[in-house]
Amino acid sequence: MIDPLLATLPLSLADGPLFGLPLAELWFGLVFAVFGTFLFLDGFDFGVGALFATRSSEAEREQLLAAIGPFWDGNEVWLVVFGGMLFAVFPSAYATLFSRHYLLMFAILGALIVRGLAPELYEQRHDEAWHRWWGRAFVVGSVASPFFLGVFVGNWLFGVTGVASLASLLVGLAVVALTIVDGAAYLGVKTRGDVRLETRPIGHLAQVAYLPLAVTALVVGSRSAPHVALRSAPTLGLLGLTVLLAAVHIVAGRAGRTYLAFAAVAGQVYGLVALVATLLFPLVDPATDLSIADAIVSTVPLNLTTIGAAVLLPLVASYFVVLYAAFSGPVDDESSYA
Amino acid sequence: MIDPVIASRLQFAVTTIVHIIFPVMSMGLAPFLVYFTWKEIRTDEQVYEQLRTFWTKIFAISFVVGTVTGIVLEFGFGTNFAAFSTTAGELFGGPLALEGMMAFMLEATFLGIFVFGRDRVSDRLYMLSSVLVGLGTWLSAVWILVANSWMQTPRGYEMATKNGHPIVTLVDPIAAYANPRFPWMFVHMQNAAVLSVALFLTGVAAYFVWTNRDTEFWRTTMKIGLAALLVTAPFQAIHGDAYGRHVAETQPQKFAAMEAQYETDSAVGLKLLAVPTSLDDITDPHADDLFVVELPFVASLLASGSDPGATITGLNDIDSEQPPVAIVFWAFRAMVGLGTWFIVLAFWGGYRWLQGDLFEDDLLAKAFAGSSVLGIFTVELGWIVTEVGRQPWVIQDVMKTHAGVSSSLSGTHALATLIGFVGVYAALLVLYWYVVVRLIREEAPTRPPASKRETTVPEEVVPSDD
Repeated sequence: MIDPLLATLPLSLADGPLFGLPLAELWFGLVFAVFGTFLFLDGFDFGVGALFATRSSEAEREQLLAAIGPFWDGNEVWLVVFGGMLFAVFPSAYATLFSRHYLLMFAILGALIVRGLAPELYEQRHDEAWHRWWGRAFVVGSVASPFFLGVFVGNWLFGVTGVASLASLLVGLAVVALTIVDGAAYLGVKTRGDVRLETRPIGHLAQVAYLPLAVTALVVGSRSAPHVALRSAPTLGLLGLTVLLAAVHIVAGRAGRTYLAFAAVAGQVYGLVALVATLLFPLVDPATDLSIADAIVSTVPLNLTTIGAAVLLPLVASYFVVLYAAFSGPVDDESSYA
Repeated sequence: MIDPVIASRLQFAVTTIVHIIFPVMSMGLAPFLVYFTWKEIRTDEQVYEQLRTFWTKIFAISFVVGTVTGIVLEFGFGTNFAAFSTTAGELFGGPLALEGMMAFMLEATFLGIFVFGRDRVSDRLYMLSSVLVGLGTWLSAVWILVANSWMQTPRGYEMATKNGHPIVTLVDPIAAYANPRFPWMFVHMQNAAVLSVALFLTGVAAYFVWTNRDTEFWRTTMKIGLAALLVTAPFQAIHGDAYGRHVAETQPQKFAAMEAQYETDSAVGLKLLAVPTSLDDITDPHADDLFVVELPFVASLLASGSDPGATITGLNDIDSEQPPVAIVFWAFRAMVGLGTWFIVLAFWGGYRWLQGDLFEDDLLAKAFAGSSVLGIFTVELGWIVTEVGRQPWVIQDVMKTHAGVSSSLSGTHALATLIGFVGVYAALLVLYWYVVVRLIREEAPTRPPASKRETTVPEEVVPSDD
């Protein structure tokens, strides 16, 4: 019974892609899916950090920190996985992209360092000056991280070789708006009372800002980037879907259907990343005209990494289920970060 | 303007040297936390709950700083060492991706439960979380060392050209990743991490036992730390000795630099103590000009494993640039010297423990307190020997370090980020030190656990008065 089954398995890792699958294209999609997961999950951490600026009462600030406390470490690791996957599967794209955007990468890293440290340090002391400074650092890091990441994505998509372009700066702003949308929707699920009521309109405002920012960025960017085909069916479809999801977010939010609103935001985040991937395809780095086929590693490492990811990613998903289940439901009014 | 190669290497050195502190803390603390959690759940004794709660705080802040500095390293391969990343990506990228998926995810998600979930999840899931967090920290080291050991003793690859760039292609994954260097590095590193944290626990506890002999919390910490030290300190020396033999076989140049052996010679003695007779020897420790206390034949014995007359190839007879011999030589000496001191300290403490007066010996307490961060310092020295010793190669005999630096990098940019990192990392170190010291002084229990006290005594917060 086993023999016919074995015969269908590839005999050697070097013989060709596993099961004859188009692994290069699948990995291109997977790399962006992982980036999208990072942007959705850590996105609400960033958004909560930005909304931290709007809360002045100590109890409410603690509530915000408590809402992301157990989760943000895990959320941020998706960025590490994204970097590792890009390196493992498209090493030449990883190398040219990261070295070309040298200063921007350091801006991203600096912002992430501040954002990561700030809430941890905030809780270390309980005097006013300390809280004021680390509270500010938390807000700045939480806004700067998605901004610089957005600029990086814009540079990548439009093949910008300098520090940034107008279009990539607009992408940065759009991503900041999107993370605020994400954060407010998350607080809708995770908090009660004033925090939820008062952050919701801010989220809706950011939602209204996000759409024109994203569209303007695309239109401006496409002028100098011929590979960005705006009028194709997938692009228009994704843009239409985003508008629809934005409407769902606002209507559901007003109706108090917090989970539906949050899901609509998640859809928009993945929609944005899918749009970037679609516009890039089949290039992986337009600035150097590097295509997926040029950049993909050879068969043996590709097959190995594929087996690793096929086993591990479902496992990782199960960790997140356990984690979010353990801390399900809204945080209490009096709960805090530490 | 500064050479981008020099700036990139300095930047990598700064970011790695600072980063390694935090994984050492989390890898070393992990087994202790598993033990504390297990004891807390099994015995319900409050001292274990205190131990688990307190050391988890140190673990959590170490993990956060380790994460943010680790992302810098991962991205640093792309930003500063793009040529290396392009050339070695097929062999080097995979382990990094697997580290993220297999190790980091495990650690980061279950840490959420471990830090915040004591009252929210069952004992069983909580216990499991402590084990999975620990497993994550150790698996992280597995993948990093798989990647690093391949750079030290590369196997299983072929040279090829792709899109006009030279690359190494993976042809034999088992040869490449089940690398001969890996087990040596892994055991040496993991034992070093546990040793370093054991020393830290014992040192901090000894200080508080010495200043305030009543606290069960610190007495228990000291005993547990010392017990771990008694196992890890001698083992590190035994293992290190055998590891040295492996280095002599596979990287003769590094071994010669460790011993400052310039001329090829047989029946070589081990320089137990090496004192420069002139200041010049600090920067160029030429063996003939040092005042040396030597163990005859031992270096030959070390290198060969059995033959006291074995020949050691000198640096002058190796057909390559030399690594910075002085750094390797002195770092190696300092590492071995400190390692020996840790063994002395462990046996001294063990002897006092047997005598039943572990907590009465003030000199011992001072020695431990003074040595509390020396373990981590010694790990740094070990990595300096490993990484500087293989220069000029970034991949031994395959690619030189200067060839791995991003070709697009300008000296101005490299210098700007170097200065930025030195500033940010200095601030990180100060903040981390401040937080850890503050936690130790203000959050560690200073009174015996409540369960051991009369129930009529009211609970009160007593600030430590050290």
